[in-house]
Amino acid sequence: MEKWYLMTVVVLIGLTVRWTVSLNSYSGAGKPPMFGDYEAQRHWQEITFNLPVKQWAKFINPDWIALHTSRGYESQAHKLFMRTTVLIADLLIYIPAVVLYCCCLKEISTKKKIANALCILLYPGLILIDYGHFQYNSVSLGFALWGVLGISCDCDLLGSLAFCLAINYKQMELYHALPFFCFLLGKCFKKGLKGKGFVLLVKLACIVVASFVLCWLPFFTEREQTLQVLRRLFPVDRGLFEDKVANIWCSFNVFLKIKDILPRHIQLIMSFCSTFLSLLPACIKLILQPSSKGFKFTLVSCALSFFLFSFQVHEKSILLVSLPVCLVLSEIPFMSTWFLLVSTFSMLPLLLKDELLMPSVVTTMAFFIACVTSFSIFEKTSEEELQLKSFSISVRKYLPCFTFLSRIIQYLFLISVITMVLLTLMTVTLDPPQKLPDLFSVLVCFVSCLNFLFFLVYFNIIIMWDSKSGRNQKKIS
Amino acid sequence: MAALTIATGTGNWFSALALGVTLLKCLLIPTYHSTDFEVHRNWLAITHSLPISQWYYEATSEWTLDYPPFFAWFEYILSHVAKYFDQEMLNVHNLNYSSSRTLLFQRFSVIFMDVLFVYAVRECCKCIDGKKVGKELTEKPKFILSVLLLWNFGLLIADHIHFQYNGFLFGLMLLSIARLFQKRHMEGAFLFAVLLHFKHIYLYVTPAYGVYLLRSYCFTANKPDGSIRWKSFSFVRVISLGLVVFLVSALSLGPFLALNQLPQVFSRLFPFKRGLCHAYWAPNFWALYNALDKVLSVIGLKLKFLDPNNIPKASMTSGLVQQFQHTVLPSVTPLATLICTLIAILPSIFCLWFKPQGPRGFLRCLTLCALSSFMFGWHVHEKAILLAILPMSLLSVGKAGDASIFLILTTTGHYSLFPLLFTAPELPIKILLMLLFTIYSISSLKTLFRKEKPLFNWMETFYLLGLGPLEVCCEFVFPFTSWKVKYPFIPLLLTSVYCAVGITYAWFKLYVPVLIDSAIGKTKKQ
Repeated sequence: MEKWYLMTVVVLIGLTVRWTVSLNSYSGAGKPPMFGDYEAQRHWQEITFNLPVKQWAKFINPDWIALHTSRGYESQAHKLFMRTTVLIADLLIYIPAVVLYCCCLKEISTKKKIANALCILLYPGLILIDYGHFQYNSVSLGFALWGVLGISCDCDLLGSLAFCLAINYKQMELYHALPFFCFLLGKCFKKGLKGKGFVLLVKLACIVVASFVLCWLPFFTEREQTLQVLRRLFPVDRGLFEDKVANIWCSFNVFLKIKDILPRHIQLIMSFCSTFLSLLPACIKLILQPSSKGFKFTLVSCALSFFLFSFQVHEKSILLVSLPVCLVLSEIPFMSTWFLLVSTFSMLPLLLKDELLMPSVVTTMAFFIACVTSFSIFEKTSEEELQLKSFSISVRKYLPCFTFLSRIIQYLFLISVITMVLLTLMTVTLDPPQKLPDLFSVLVCFVSCLNFLFFLVYFNIIIMWDSKSGRNQKKIS
Repeated sequence: MAALTIATGTGNWFSALALGVTLLKCLLIPTYHSTDFEVHRNWLAITHSLPISQWYYEATSEWTLDYPPFFAWFEYILSHVAKYFDQEMLNVHNLNYSSSRTLLFQRFSVIFMDVLFVYAVRECCKCIDGKKVGKELTEKPKFILSVLLLWNFGLLIADHIHFQYNGFLFGLMLLSIARLFQKRHMEGAFLFAVLLHFKHIYLYVTPAYGVYLLRSYCFTANKPDGSIRWKSFSFVRVISLGLVVFLVSALSLGPFLALNQLPQVFSRLFPFKRGLCHAYWAPNFWALYNALDKVLSVIGLKLKFLDPNNIPKASMTSGLVQQFQHTVLPSVTPLATLICTLIAILPSIFCLWFKPQGPRGFLRCLTLCALSSFMFGWHVHEKAILLAILPMSLLSVGKAGDASIFLILTTTGHYSLFPLLFTAPELPIKILLMLLFTIYSISSLKTLFRKEKPLFNWMETFYLLGLGPLEVCCEFVFPFTSWKVKYPFIPLLLTSVYCAVGITYAWFKLYVPVLIDSAIGKTKKQ
């Protein structure tokens, strides 16, 4: 591409913002004995290093990972090391995927591609969690993105391989598994199950099985060990939800303490059923009409369904929804920007606990300014731009006066942003009343949940009403 | 929605650039800060808690007040805001006090004062009209200039990490330049006079201002061949200029004159007891001079021309700032540097007098004055290179030749600022920001002048690319070698000398056309 230097500049800006955020505090800094995610990652390094012995880390500093004696180790040099590993992982896996994705977008000018890359790289949620709170989400999200890239460009085998790596890195990626499965299945059906389709199906199955076997091989030695791993990965004993998270069960809990009323297995069944009911329509449509655009939107709605209805969801899981939304930024800039702002806001209690208020505010503002200048989002709020044209036409068959959809959405946006700003100000400046110490966290979760429900409905509408006739209408008009 | 659109200034790229860099500055708040942070805290304390008569005598802290009175008044005003953040920082005896609120206040004060810089950049963008190559926004000279000034690497590093208040001072300078371009000479002169009383380092460029205002403002017309028309001298203008300068100086130095403290103030402002070079040699002519002296002395020792007992033990490259003597080449005195500087700026001044080319010629002369003073000055700090880089940015979007010189000067000058940030967490920041600025500036200027011959020849390209391996050697390879203990100054020495070569080259390249022009002018006259 001719403007490669601008893309390099964009990547450098992304890296700079990431590193400056990492200069701040991390999760559990100076808070023994539990510490936080930072200590968790260090602990995992301790375990994986010490039991079997490897050579590489001796070169750096053995004190950081000495078995047992390094619990709670905190020093400036160690912090630098940990932050550098996150940056390198990001640079090798996530960032190239984003750049390649933006370069492969069709029907967009080079300038818009670069602007798109800038906005995705400036998404505050991922930066704050990975570089502030401290996690390695960019690895799993990066692999998932490579998967999406591969499959959208018809390199199905490589795409599936990448996605299997993503799942085996972090089991949360299973949120994305269904759309991948449905899309690939749909492709196989389209090619005809008797001929090429069947061959493709077999190849895909082999790749998936092979990658899982390779990753899990060391743990297959005993049945008990395998079960132990599974129990650690899917902690069904831990309950419907933990702490405050912006999903249905937590919000419901405000009015009716379902966590205490209902027995554990009923909660499991309830959550399972509601999750699958909410994502079934989109997935079925994807199998019957596989398209790249439908795939991306189904990723969004599936992940969102899982987030809202599933078991033991953490607030950080919203990142799994944010990644697909970033991918559709160029198609519906207004709604995507809105969603991404809400997703960052929903993690506010966590970010405040990690003392990341300043980076949060700054990165959110930077992201907002980038989106506004790149996409002129406030000019793209017509029905057609919001991809709701076919929906409104269908509704207008029964309700001829239904012409004010876009204005409603604009007002909702305004209300949503004002509420978020007010809640942020209140949480930061005021103290909660004595009787309700968690008031602000619960309010944040509740408001975010309402927003997410609205988005769930919106994205499902787009998927269901996105038909070939809709596309023909666009061409005619 | 329409209101929101207007409010957010859709399509207003300048606001987006300014806001973007401001947010980046906010992210840089928790970075390392140098002793300059304590310097300014101390000045807040001095101006807040002591009467004026004590300001230039107070010496509890080693960081005594050594800027002109306007800056002291500026600190005084700031201190009245500071007391709402943390009262303790205003105590003169609280040395090295740096609570989180103090840090926040100081950092925000720098970010806030940069508003003046942003305004000045906006005014400058209105004045320049470079080549119009394409219709795309990113190819317009205004856009490129805005990025080069607002996102200037040196300014970001010096102000928002190292900690200084250069932003608004350079804003004043750029604003005065813009006013001169807009033919509002009185305002330009006034702004410059104010600037001088904020930070006296701008004395370096006073000759350019003085000669330009005298020649192009006080003489209202020229003869047809461009030479001076003596009869068009306007007494009114001279007197009004003089009055402005006098009033500003009176406002600034008046109180201290009344207190009979002028000698003390001047001794604080011009401390000549410091050495020829800063602890880390600024990459100017004297760095090359020192290096040559060292090389000759080593050769002399090896070849037994010199007696080891006669060589002074103290090395110029250790971290102390004292007066040293050279071993082989003659020692340099402050007077010698002054004479060299004057000789260096004289040709450009003559050119400005005999062949004025309007504001552009003035800008060129100003850049040359700043660069020549950097080259030959006494105890020059490497941050002074910004004094040449920022005005040169205005020239760079005009002509391809200027763009080429600008890029060499900027890249080398910015690289020479690297030793200012020596801590590990800031290493990725300085490398990333440097790459950001360098890649952008080179590519955008190349695109702007793509229809002319290439900006760099092979030698220049090679030299600029050599900065990469130099950085790798100094920061990544050297610390792990055995030389780190024996010769710890080698990375600084290498950086200084390598950059000095580049800056000297840029200085020559900028000067040669001026000399040729003035030579042609003289032959024409004859």
